[in-house]
Amino acid sequence: MTPAPLPDGLDWSAAARHDVVIVGTGPAGLTAALYASRANLTPLVVQGPEPGGQLTTTTDVENFPGYPDGVMGPEMMQDLEKQATRFGAELQWGTITHVDLSERPFKLVVDEATPLLAETVIVSTGASAKYLGLENEKRLLGRGVSACATCDGAFFREEEIAIVGGGDTAMEEALFLTRFASRVHLIHRRDAFRASKIMQDRVLGHEKVTVHWNTVVTDVMGEAGVEGLALEDTETGEARSLAVTGLFVAIGHKPNTEIFRGWLDQDDAGYIQTLPDSTYTNVDGVFACGDAQDHVYRQAVTAAGTGCMAAIDAERWLAEHGEIEDVRTETEYHAAPAEDSNDHEPVQDKLAEAQG
Amino acid sequence: MADTVTGTDANFEAEVLNSDQPVLVDFWATWCGPCRTIAPTLEELAAEYGGKAKVVKLDVDNNPETAMKYGIRSIPSLLFFKDGRPVDQMVGVVPKRVLADKLDTLASQAA
Repeated sequence: MTPAPLPDGLDWSAAARHDVVIVGTGPAGLTAALYASRANLTPLVVQGPEPGGQLTTTTDVENFPGYPDGVMGPEMMQDLEKQATRFGAELQWGTITHVDLSERPFKLVVDEATPLLAETVIVSTGASAKYLGLENEKRLLGRGVSACATCDGAFFREEEIAIVGGGDTAMEEALFLTRFASRVHLIHRRDAFRASKIMQDRVLGHEKVTVHWNTVVTDVMGEAGVEGLALEDTETGEARSLAVTGLFVAIGHKPNTEIFRGWLDQDDAGYIQTLPDSTYTNVDGVFACGDAQDHVYRQAVTAAGTGCMAAIDAERWLAEHGEIEDVRTETEYHAAPAEDSNDHEPVQDKLAEAQG
Repeated sequence: MADTVTGTDANFEAEVLNSDQPVLVDFWATWCGPCRTIAPTLEELAAEYGGKAKVVKLDVDNNPETAMKYGIRSIPSLLFFKDGRPVDQMVGVVPKRVLADKLDTLASQAA
């Protein structure tokens, strides 16, 4: 696939040139920023359309090590941002809209207007909630359509609402919504949920939840706000309508990797492929971490872990290519690197070997 | 320099509807994650647009009447008011540049 071309008329001769540009500010990007800044690389971190990432739409994070009483997701991200900027990481508002990874320095464009040059790029763009893809769903977003039950559930007190999905997130959100709504219609396209047994049992046993099996949403009705849904039975094709004032979408996440399509190898779902045991991508000097390359674990702590790996990979890469004088990663202080760690084969060969 | 103004059901008319400057109203709540994320941006805008435009923060839990009147279903909801009427609405964590552009446009239009 051919990548999208860069916008015309940008003055690349005046573009700021950075050793490391980090794209995205979830736990992966900010941890990469923390490590890269402590290695004196003064990384530039471009925040993206959802600063702080998915954790900013959660409430309590109870599974991040070191917080015995849990921590609010947004608070944790603000702490992580403070920690990264303390060592010199520079944050920039905006979203990377275009990239050209054909030669170094790599070219990136912020908000279609500001050119950036980068010796190395760390991709930490994460994943975002998926929507159904209906025109009226988009029109009514924030007017009854939502992908964040914890944010918006309280606006539907004593109302009938619907939630679409069949995974653990959908179960959790359906249960959360029962605190407010008079009835929660759980709509699922198959005849069984993917969710864990314990979550399914809680939902199926809840008196406020009505499950609609083998059902898909084909349209969202309403002018100023959601008034109802058009549904279709996937087995009989029968169409019917459901009067609800809210539609919550919990059908999973998609990696935010479109802008790298055609440059970075991705799997069918769009996750960036990395060399095993590293964050190397198929483009030499570009590293990927966090949910953008992980469809298996997808945890804050694993994202932070791969963010750290990406920063160390980028620092070593810069040292090997003579862009910086000395490697000073955290690992140097605590552990001797493996003997062959500086003896990289060309990345493309390793990737080919690993994939072959 | 100006700070954000705390909006309430009681002062909404005076602070927002009767304002001679364009007003950006942030409908938010203490328990809402994205609201916290966008809060520093709103503080910055209030400071940068002092004298040209106002930024009002309205806690939807304490001021349900106003939130209901404007059909708030998601927070943060960012409503732009000009001459007492809502003229635009954005939902979620909106980049600062987008909000600034909108305030620039509204501030440059004659009242």
